[in-house]
Amino acid sequence: MNEEIFARVKKVVVEKLEVEEEQVKLEADFANDLGADSLDLVELIMALEEEFEIEVSDEVAEQLDTVGKVVEHISKEKEPVS
Amino acid sequence: MTNLQLKRVVVTGLGVISPLGNNLETYWEGLLSGKSGIGPITLFDAENQACKIAGEVKGFEVNDYINRKEAKRMDRFAQFAVAASKQAIADAGLSINELNSEQIGVAIGTGIGGLLVLETQHEVCLTKGPSRCSPFMVPMMIANMAAAQVAIQLGVTGPNLCPVTACAAGTHGIGDALRMIQRGYVKAMICGGAEAAITPLAVAGFSAAKALSLRNDQPTKASRPFDRDRDGFVMGEGSGILILEELEQALARGAKIYAEVIGYGLSCDAYHLTAPAPEGRGATRSMELALKDAGIKPEQVDYINAHGTSTQANDINETKAIKKTFGAHAYKLAISSTKSMTGHLLGGSGGIEAIATVMSVYQDKIHATINLDNLDPECDLDYVPRVSREQKVEIALSNSFGFGGNNATLIFKKY
Repeated sequence: MNEEIFARVKKVVVEKLEVEEEQVKLEADFANDLGADSLDLVELIMALEEEFEIEVSDEVAEQLDTVGKVVEHISKEKEPVS
Repeated sequence: MTNLQLKRVVVTGLGVISPLGNNLETYWEGLLSGKSGIGPITLFDAENQACKIAGEVKGFEVNDYINRKEAKRMDRFAQFAVAASKQAIADAGLSINELNSEQIGVAIGTGIGGLLVLETQHEVCLTKGPSRCSPFMVPMMIANMAAAQVAIQLGVTGPNLCPVTACAAGTHGIGDALRMIQRGYVKAMICGGAEAAITPLAVAGFSAAKALSLRNDQPTKASRPFDRDRDGFVMGEGSGILILEELEQALARGAKIYAEVIGYGLSCDAYHLTAPAPEGRGATRSMELALKDAGIKPEQVDYINAHGTSTQANDINETKAIKKTFGAHAYKLAISSTKSMTGHLLGGSGGIEAIATVMSVYQDKIHATINLDNLDPECDLDYVPRVSREQKVEIALSNSFGFGGNNATLIFKKY
C-alpha cells in the first residue's frame, strides 16, 4: 500500500465528503461508512482524477466503493512503466 | 359541486435574511430607523461593471442553519431560503412531525434561481472541459431548489411550489400559499421568496437593460423611489419567509398571530418584456382584484407597501395605478418603498416586503421611503418621506410587479 497516495486520497475524501480524517480508513465504504450518495461519488472521482492526473472510466469508478480500492487503483495507475 | 367554504388564513411566523440584517428584529429596526443596506459590491470584483453597488447580505453564517456538507450542495439563494424558513418556523413555534408533515407545504418564488453556480460551472466547462462539470450544478441551479431544500431540511411533505415570475415571484409564492390553505389542501405553508443574483452576469445584464442606478459614488443614496433624481434600481439579495396557517389551527395551538391574509390579486400586462403597461393598467387590475378578493372598499386601506423600485417607469406607473384604484383616497393613504433601504431583491422582494407590511399591521408603524428629497412632479402622493411614523394600520396592501408584465398584490388585515 502506497502511504503517500493514501494520504493524498484521504485529504480529498475529507474535503469532498466533509468527514473526519479518522473515518477515512482503508476498509471504509464510501456509501455506508462515509455517507456519500451517488452525486458525491461522481464529484469525488472527479476530484481524484484532478489530484492524480488520471482518467477513471465509469465502469472502473463503479467498482471503487471503498477507500482501499481507490488507493489500490491509483497506485496501479501511477506505477512507473518499466 | 361542493359548496366550498374558504378557510381563514393568518400569519404566525416570520424569517428574514436581508441587506439590513439577518433576522426579523434587525431587519424591522433597520427599516424603522431609515438605514440603507446598500454599499459597494464585494461579492465579486465589479471594477469593469457600469454598476458597482448593491444591497449585499452581510455576516451570514450559513452553518448556523445548515451543516457544512449540505450547505455546500446549495446555491446561495437556497441557503438564504432555508435560513429564513428555519427562523420563521421557530418564530411560529410550529413543531413538524410525522402527524402533520403532509399538512405543511412550501411555496418559495425566485426570479432567477442558482445563478452563481451556473456562472461558476459554465466557466469550468469552458476552461477545463465538460467532463469537469460538477454533478451538483443542475440540482443547485434549478429555481425550485430553494423550496425543495426547505422541504428536505424541515421534513415537510405537502405541496412544493416555486413561482418564477421575476420580481413578482415572492408575492406569488405567498398568494399561492394562501389559496392552498383557503381551499383546505393543507393547514400551513412556508412561503415567500429568495434571491442571490449579485453576480457578474446578472449585474451586466440588468445594466445593459438600463435598469440599474449608476450612482456608484453615493451607494446609500442610490435607491430613491419616487424622487425626481432617481436613476434606476439597486440590486439586493436575501430571503423573506412567512408561515401562513389556517386560523383554526393557529388558535387551537395558541399561536401568536401577526395578521390575517385577506386578499390576493394578480394580472399580466401582456404589453412589453420589461416596460410596464401605460397608465399602470395591469397594476391597477391587480390591486382591484385583490380588493375584490378581500371584500373590502378601497377607502379601508391605510397603507401600501409599494413595489417602488426607483426606476423612472415603475414609480410613475405605480402612482397612476394607485390613483386609479383608490381615487381621492389615494391622497390619504400612506405609501412607502422598502427598496429604498434594501435595494431590489427581485424574486426575494415580495417576501421581505410582505413581512414589512405585516409588521406595519401588527405594530401600527410605517417605515419611511428614504432618499425622497424632492418629489417627482408626477409622483404626488404621501410616500412617507425620510422618517418612519406611528399610525394606525388596520389594513395594508403589498404590491409586486415583474418583468414579463407580472403584477401581484396581497392584502393583510389586523387580527
